[in-house]
Amino acid sequence: MGTAMTDKSSNSADSRPADKSAAAVPPAVGSSTLAVHAGEARQKLGDSITDPIFCTATYTFRDSQSVIDFIEQKQPREEYGRYGNPGEKVVERKLAALEGAEAGLLFATGMSALVTFLLAKLNAGDEIILFDQCYHRSREFCVKHLGRYGVVTKQVPACDYAAMEAAITPRTKLLISESPTNPHLSVVDLDRFVEIGRRHEIETLIDATLATPYNLQPIAAGVDYVLHSATKYLGGHNDLLAGVLVGRTDDLEPVRKLRGIMGTLNSPHNIYLLERGLKTFELRIQRHNANGMAIARYLEKHPRIEKVYYPGLESHTDHEIAARYMRGFGGLVTFLVKDADWRATARVVDAFRIPRIGPSLGGAESLVEQPLVMSYFECTPEERQSYGIPDNMIRLACGIEDTADLLADLEQALATP
Amino acid sequence: MQFRTRAIHVGQERDAATGAVVRPIHLATTYVQPAAGEWGEYDYSRSGNPTRRSLETTLASLEGGVGALCFASGMAATHAVTMLLERGDHVVAGTDVYGGTYRLLHQIVNRAGVDVNLAPSSDLARFEAAIKPQTKLLWIETPGNPLLSITDIRACAEIAHRHGCLLGVDSTFASPVLTRPLELGADIVMHSATKYLGGHSDVLGGALVVRDKSLYERLYFVQNATGAVLGPFESFLLSRGLKTLELRVHEHARTAQLLAEWLVTHPQVKRVLYPGLPSHPGHDLAKRQMHGGFGAMISFETTGDFATAKRIVESTKLFQLAVSLGAVESLIEQPASMSHASYAAKDRAANGIADTLIRLSVGLEAFDDLREDLNQALAAAK
Repeated sequence: MGTAMTDKSSNSADSRPADKSAAAVPPAVGSSTLAVHAGEARQKLGDSITDPIFCTATYTFRDSQSVIDFIEQKQPREEYGRYGNPGEKVVERKLAALEGAEAGLLFATGMSALVTFLLAKLNAGDEIILFDQCYHRSREFCVKHLGRYGVVTKQVPACDYAAMEAAITPRTKLLISESPTNPHLSVVDLDRFVEIGRRHEIETLIDATLATPYNLQPIAAGVDYVLHSATKYLGGHNDLLAGVLVGRTDDLEPVRKLRGIMGTLNSPHNIYLLERGLKTFELRIQRHNANGMAIARYLEKHPRIEKVYYPGLESHTDHEIAARYMRGFGGLVTFLVKDADWRATARVVDAFRIPRIGPSLGGAESLVEQPLVMSYFECTPEERQSYGIPDNMIRLACGIEDTADLLADLEQALATP
Repeated sequence: MQFRTRAIHVGQERDAATGAVVRPIHLATTYVQPAAGEWGEYDYSRSGNPTRRSLETTLASLEGGVGALCFASGMAATHAVTMLLERGDHVVAGTDVYGGTYRLLHQIVNRAGVDVNLAPSSDLARFEAAIKPQTKLLWIETPGNPLLSITDIRACAEIAHRHGCLLGVDSTFASPVLTRPLELGADIVMHSATKYLGGHSDVLGGALVVRDKSLYERLYFVQNATGAVLGPFESFLLSRGLKTLELRVHEHARTAQLLAEWLVTHPQVKRVLYPGLPSHPGHDLAKRQMHGGFGAMISFETTGDFATAKRIVESTKLFQLAVSLGAVESLIEQPASMSHASYAAKDRAANGIADTLIRLSVGLEAFDDLREDLNQALAAAK
């Protein structure tokens, strides 16, 4: 058995739907094989082994009849760069295969994926319900900007399913959550989440950026849409911005059309880097998982640490749920420094030698940040409290460096007075 | 710092101007100088480029050298080494070397009046016996291509230095993850960076790493004077590839070991050449010289003839029919008709490259999938 098959819940070989769109992969394959081959044609243009990068703004037609055939949908093909690109379709199929979804759509960023999706699905008077632990820009767009278009955003405490259900009205159109959430790493009980949606005939979306399709398969659990900031683990090298949305082909069609109008697409070069990053997807995530778990276990025993948020720890509130749904627990570890005000906490952040200070996560290089400083500095203490962001919170996004090096660095950083 | 951490961070410090966690790609061909006759760190991109320099710094760290030089291809790197030689000099190269190296030595370098002899580097006595008073360079490949012979780098370094020669090691098949020739006494380590270092079948590149500063300066002079440098985009992609080098190479090697052990049991397989098998003549040496795996190249001889081997390599569905190696996608080829077609037929036969030999480059796909693919291809070729 290859390592692809040896994880605790080996969902790689048998339970995944075959990738119907690509001739490159035989049916029933391991997830590392999917990451390398899915979505790609076996024989490519110019016989090259990697996909060419199509740097073209437009696509030409042989003659007028070809244009008419295209309009009458007799001949599927590209038309203009904003509506699609052959390289984009390859990566969309690859990501859909990894998610066990019918189809995928790529966007310029994770935020543009979310925004395009929401604008495609919602009308004035509609309501959406969010679990309140989420990326602050996602919340900001929903509350501030969707509000301007007459869409009401209701926030309920993360993983409070009763509160979510109580907030549903006949106008509710979407239930949205991250899983795990950022930065608290709460994990959604997908069966309950999906069940509420189905009973009320409301579509569900999970932002699984922190989990990745290696660790979490929301589509298999019945979620309608899965969204990722592909900038993070999917790209994996801190060198591209991208977003992806997967789901059923028919459900995605209005989103795809709106992307073509709004132009929230990604670029050919970026998409190639994303495809390249996905080739090592499984290896990288296994490494991130191993580093995250080792760091979390170390922190849990450290005398200077007040609390560790990591779903792989038995002490985590949602550990049981995480263990049920997740194959690994990711590279993000959030923790509180004991008896430290925000300045003392900042000194710990500043003392790291390997992780660099910066927002984002999921790349080869470890990153560290203090949410108060990085994302919530201009909020009032009351606002930070309402978002659950204590002054002494640090978010460490483990990269794929050697575990021993990261542990040694953490040890010296925590030794700073 | 551990190897894996250095692969991510050494030479890749945050960009001072912007804080970018990934350093910018410098496409500029020329650099503005502080004053006439006063030179900054970079002057012209052939002489030095910040993106290439980052990659070279990482590679030097990974191989344990004082400096690295990156070239447009592995052949350009090997050629640069031969440009250290002069008319009348002599080279002894191993018999189990890449066909392109054989061609370079026998059809290009010989024109400059440099003589070449091949000798099996895994047989130290015969290898040393090929050395003449004019010999200046010993060139070995380990594991060898395509027979995966293992050469004792430390012993060859002692032989080379006893005879006043340089030892160059093409370590493409091993990568610095598994073997670090400079630490074993070699003077020059060469990589076709196209293979494991890049790792994604999308960059052509070559690299030389050395442990002696004056040798570095001589090679730098050759590179700058002849100009086969690596471009900035390729340098960036190579640096990106290095970040997952150790993960990839360990995983490649694990899967290859399993496949080699399975191939041994297959009735249509006559012999399997993989240094990780106890039956391999270089196995004990490989255990000492290679750390964390035996690489991901496997050669095997099938029953039948040239046509049988041809059918097998044309029947796989995951293994793709192509030369090159070391990337995420598994590849399959027939050396007699492909990678080693540039050998003279008699040298190919003399060096044990049978018509029924098949060479695999094991990628990152799941082992079960690769085994099934080979199984059906062997069945189809019966």
